[in-house]
Amino acid sequence: MNTTAENVSTQIEHAIHTRSLNLWYGTFQALFDVNLDIKQGIITSLIGPSGCGKSTFLRSVNRINERLGYVRTEGLIEVMGQNVYDENVELVQVRKQVGMVFQRPNPLPISIRDNIIFGHRLHTEGRKPSISEQDDIIEAALRKVLLWDKVKDRLNSKATELSLEEQQKLCIARLLPVKPSVLLMDEPCSALDPKGTEAVEELIWDLRGEYTILIVTHNMAQARRASEECIFMLMGKVIEHTATEAMFVTPEHKETADYIEGRYG
Amino acid sequence: MFEISELNKRNRKTQKLFQILFMMMTLLLITPVLIILGTLIYKGGSIISVDFLFTHPTDGMTAGGIFPALFGTVWIVAVALLASVPIGVAAAIYLSEYAPDNWLTRIINLAIINLAGVPSIVHALFGVGAFVIFFKFGTSILAASLTLAIMTLPVVIVASRESLQAVPKAFREACWNMGATRWQTIRRVVLPNAVSGILTGVILEVSRTTGETAPIMFTGAAFFLPFLPQSVFDQTMALSLHLFVVSTQVPGVPEELPYGVALVLIAMVLLMNSISIAFRMYLRGKKKW
Repeated sequence: MNTTAENVSTQIEHAIHTRSLNLWYGTFQALFDVNLDIKQGIITSLIGPSGCGKSTFLRSVNRINERLGYVRTEGLIEVMGQNVYDENVELVQVRKQVGMVFQRPNPLPISIRDNIIFGHRLHTEGRKPSISEQDDIIEAALRKVLLWDKVKDRLNSKATELSLEEQQKLCIARLLPVKPSVLLMDEPCSALDPKGTEAVEELIWDLRGEYTILIVTHNMAQARRASEECIFMLMGKVIEHTATEAMFVTPEHKETADYIEGRYG
Repeated sequence: MFEISELNKRNRKTQKLFQILFMMMTLLLITPVLIILGTLIYKGGSIISVDFLFTHPTDGMTAGGIFPALFGTVWIVAVALLASVPIGVAAAIYLSEYAPDNWLTRIINLAIINLAGVPSIVHALFGVGAFVIFFKFGTSILAASLTLAIMTLPVVIVASRESLQAVPKAFREACWNMGATRWQTIRRVVLPNAVSGILTGVILEVSRTTGETAPIMFTGAAFFLPFLPQSVFDQTMALSLHLFVVSTQVPGVPEELPYGVALVLIAMVLLMNSISIAFRMYLRGKKKW
């Protein structure tokens, strides 16, 4: 699975592909016939008023929704060309391919080192990687998120002691050692101050190309400056999906225009 | 403009009244504790010595020490812990981390609450029926400890479950999203963060087990034994029962002896509780969320 997925990832056009995706929480339908083709290697933002299903959609891509127990999903979701709802799909492998970053940074209450190596350890069989291998993995991940220089002297201190911005970067960094192809981000900057937001946005921008990034945001300006394509959702339906610039300059639908101009939401 | 009004004055008076009332109630609450401790120390303090703790009773239990009882209590508590902690913690982990919210889980939770409400004498009779007679352990440390273990299981389960649930959900989500299984999540993240609470529950259990009398008097604790128990299949003396015996069953016991026994018993419990509190404060200080 691992090697095939990596081979596929270089050829395939759409990292996430859904057809007639419907989702219910109990009797409440949260997604209606969602058909989306999210291009590989770019940043796509998901915007829309609260409760429109953005987060729900995000959370069904790596099937974390299922933990709730009362969720029912119908339709097709393909990640890197493979249906994640196939019977023989191993959830652990899905989660490995599709990393998730949350609204509130949630580093584990262990050291910075252990946070970064945690996912890697989960997915490597047998012996522990040697200290020097670990060091390489940790340095690579932390460099990637522009955190290395700040924390290299205190890798053994608790991750929860970092600032929120650093914590969020760490949460992104800890996904990288397991080599995901898709990163889902659920309002990754909303708990941060403007400076932190800027830093994390820059980081996300740097990661594009290597990873397909799907980012839910309430912040219109953020969607505009930090994404290449943009999806507008309303009441569980996809209203519009175009290049970000096009959506903000010449929205096709009236609802989109209304939302962007702040008439509701 | 900012002067005090009549209404302000009245409200202030009422507020003062309630504050004093609640303070009195609180003082009332700690009075019995102070009186008990004070009496025990005043009347029994003189008898406490190293000899008292470490020698056998003599002259028909009217003189000598309490060593066999002390020794037996430690045994009973230790065996009870060995039985109840693994079962209790495992059950708590299941209930907190795995159990779906369905009727079966609700019934289990209800059963745990009810188990906590069963009077200790009923547990004692259950212990006689189950462990002494059915499993043929006889009246022994094992039977007494298992009876106590069942009686205190709810304490362990509830304390453990609560401390597991106090671990923020975000940690679990973080793990699941990296592809950790439930067990990996529990093992690496949830348990290490819940351990302080679980230990607190265990120590609470110890202090409760130490003082119980009814559940052990039919299942394994003896009135008087000239020898120390050699294995868990032997009977033993126990502090709580010994206190009952020297206060009510034996004529000619000097007045300070039962007070001394009670003082030792209560000191053990208080010591356990203080360790529990100190330990919890230590671990909480180390947590950062």
